[in-house]
Parts: sequence; C-alpha cells; structure tokens
Amino acid sequence: MAAKPKLYYFDGRGRMEPIRWLLAAAGVEFEEEFLETSKDLEKLRNDGSLMFQQVPMVEIDGMKLVQCRAILNYIAAKYNLYGKDTKERALIDMYIEGVADLNEMYLFWSISPPNEQAAKMTQMKDKIANCYLPAFEKVLKSHGQDYVVGNRLSRADIHLVELLYTVDELDPSLLANFPLLKALKTRISNLPTVKKFLQPGSPRKPPLDEKNLAKVKEIFQLK
Amino acid sequence: MAAKPKLCYFRGRGRMESIRWLLAAAGVEFEEEFIETREQYEKLQKDGRLLFGQVPLVEMDGMVLTQTKAILSYLAAKYDLYGKDLKERVRVDMYADGTLDLMMMIALAAFKTPGEKEENLALVVKKAKTCYFPAFEKILKDHGEDFLVGNKFSWADVQLLEAILMVEELDASVLSDFPLLKVVCEQPHKAQEAMNRDKDFSKICLQAFKTRISSIPTIKKFLQPGSQRKLPPDSHYVKTVRKVLQL
Repeated sequence: MAAKPKLYYFDGRGRMEPIRWLLAAAGVEFEEEFLETSKDLEKLRNDGSLMFQQVPMVEIDGMKLVQCRAILNYIAAKYNLYGKDTKERALIDMYIEGVADLNEMYLFWSISPPNEQAAKMTQMKDKIANCYLPAFEKVLKSHGQDYVVGNRLSRADIHLVELLYTVDELDPSLLANFPLLKALKTRISNLPTVKKFLQPGSPRKPPLDEKNLAKVKEIFQLK
Repeated sequence: MAAKPKLCYFRGRGRMESIRWLLAAAGVEFEEEFIETREQYEKLQKDGRLLFGQVPLVEMDGMVLTQTKAILSYLAAKYDLYGKDLKERVRVDMYADGTLDLMMMIALAAFKTPGEKEENLALVVKKAKTCYFPAFEKILKDHGEDFLVGNKFSWADVQLLEAILMVEELDASVLSDFPLLKVVCEQPHKAQEAMNRDKDFSKICLQAFKTRISSIPTIKKFLQPGSQRKLPPDSHYVKTVRKVLQL
C-alpha cells in the first residue's frame, strides 16, 4: 500500500491549508510534520528537502514537492478534480487564481502588525464584497449548475468553498447577498469527505491566534 | 485559420512578460492592445471581460482568460511544453512557479520608493545567487541533460532563461563570476577534475543552459530588437500603471 502523503509546515493554515482541504476532499489520508521553531526549518533546509528553501513541502509518490500551486495542480490532476480537458482546466485555473489572490490578502492580513490590520481588513472586505463574490455568483448564475465548472465536482468548488468559510469567519454578512454561493457552500459541505473534514478533530486548522502568530514569526524569522 | 491570440496589458513587462515569452517560444504570433489611460481600463472593466477586474487579459481559442498562471498553464499544455505525464508536469510547475516568484519580486520592486526598491532588488539578486540558481544548477548537473525536465524543451526552460536574463540586468556577473570557466576553456583535460572539486561548476551549467536555450530559433527571434519583448520597467511605465490602476 502506498505511503500516505506527508505535509511539512507549521501547525496552522498559512499556505498549506488549501492543500489539506483538497487532499481531504479527495478522500486522501495524510500525515503532518509540524515545524515548531526556526531550527526545524533550518534542518529541513540543510537536509536538502526544500528546493527553494521554503515550505510548504509535501512528500508524495516518492517526490518532495514544493510550491503550493505545483502541489495543488498535482493532487487535483491525480484525483481527477481538474476538469475534463484543457479548456475546463483553464477556467478552473482562472477561478482558483482569484481565490488564491484573496487568500494571499488574508495571509498578509493575519501576520500584519495590529495597527495595520484595520485598514487591510477594510480593503479585503471591499474586494470580497465588490469583486470576488459577485464574480463567482455570476459564474454560477450563468450556467445554473451545481458545480463551478463542467457540471461536476472539481478543485474549483473546494477552493471556493474553503474561501467562503474564511469569509464567513471574517464577517457572515458578506455572504448575505449571494444565494448561489451560499447554496454551493451547503452542497459541497455535505459531500461525505468534506463533511468529515469539517468535523472537530480533523486536520483542518483554526485561524491564527496570538500565540501561534508569535510562533510563525519565529519560525520564518519575520519582523 | 485561427485568430491570433490577443494580449491586453500595459506596454511593459509586469505580469504579461512571461506570457509573451511562452507564446514566442512556441512560435505563436500574437497581437497586443496596450493600456495607456484610465478610461481604457474602466471600459475593459465595464465590458465584463476582466473576471476579477484585472489584467493581464488574453483572448484566444474563443476564451477570455485572465490570471497569469491560468494563461501560462493553458499555453504550456496547448503547445506541448508541459512534460509528458503528471510527474513531469509537477516538476515543470515547481520550476516555473519558483522562477515566476523571483521575477515578480523584480516587477513589484519597480513600484517601491527608491530606497526600498534598491533594497528589494539587492535581495532578489541575493536570492537568485544563493537559492534559486543553485537549485537549478543542481537539477541540470544531476541529470546532465540539455533541458530541465524530461530531456525535452518545456515551459520551465523558457522561464528560467527569462529569469536569468532579468537578474543579469540587475547584476551582470550573476552567472559569469566563476573561476572554473577559465580552466574549462584553457585546459579541457583538467576540466572534469576541476568541476568535481569546485561547487562553482554550477555557474558553468547555467551559462551553458543560457546559451543553449537562447539559440533555439523561436527564442533567438524573440531576443532580437524589434520583437514584442518588453524593456525593463522605467519611470514612464511606472507612472502609467500608477495612473491607470489609481495606485
């Protein structure tokens, strides 16, 4: 039996969370090794395990993969969550890159100094409410189907629903005017693998708290 | 005959340049519409062609595509520059994503204040020398093949060349300051011994890679003056982008 994929990161969302969601949605069990200190990161670097000296890193199918996008693309293709042809794939990629951009904003907000957070939050909420959510609602409306692309489950649904959960945590009222997105969120949440991932005790990680923020800053030597 | 892909962006590198490189490498002719005013940009947004209100925009094969990486992946797959299977594809993705990160640092530095810009660019050169280029050197050295993945020209090779040239614009010595080349050229019989001894062999590998990839006919053509390759960001470019995007 093949070894389970092994994820190397800190014990938090950061850039690894979409990978956890996608593996979970695909029904793939995985292991995790958590970095606790900057020394753990140093060790991985010195071992030659990190191609560009950065995490996330995922050991899977005999490879040590880095770069989130590359890792996610591999998992999506392997587990048939990437559309049926290059044109569907292009649409999926376009949508998920938008999700990724918003995730970047969220990531930087979560590690920025308290006095900068309010402004960043306002900016983020503005983009969510006026750019991203309307765009995705429009896509769903345009075809009236249950899934974002190609009338079947793909990574686009998983990444988007992950985002909707984050949006809900930031401000539930943001989702109020987007009935199709709300319905997608419910529908995807009820898929057995996703439902399991949403239970307490799953590998899903909580938002960054103060204690873990301090840990993250030490591990990655951030100011 | 199919219509040529149409690119819509500022008249400069930014987030579109890697797309120009990939199309050129694949030997695909393309047209460009340049954004010079805020009004043009607002019209694009109102037209509904920009999914998230942003450029780059590429119209091809009946699709209206935005998001740089989505476009690059589509092109790589369409023109058979993405490896032969999933395991090769993930390597192409890893390498391309890494070089894109490096190049984006350079693109974004253009918009910082002078002091910050210098600092950021110095950091880019340092990262290239100590992290990115050694990583690619190791790959080339380990398999000894002409191309990064699968012994065949791919998107990864195009982007690495693009990145090398971009970093060389910041520091011309980034590949060339190594002592071994002298040995390799003047005393070839001592070359292997020297290569085994000195980790700076890395730079020879990349120098040879750069020469090799630059000589591919489509790439050679793109590197000529008068091609659609764009210049490094100057103050006019930065001013135009700031004005259009209201930064």
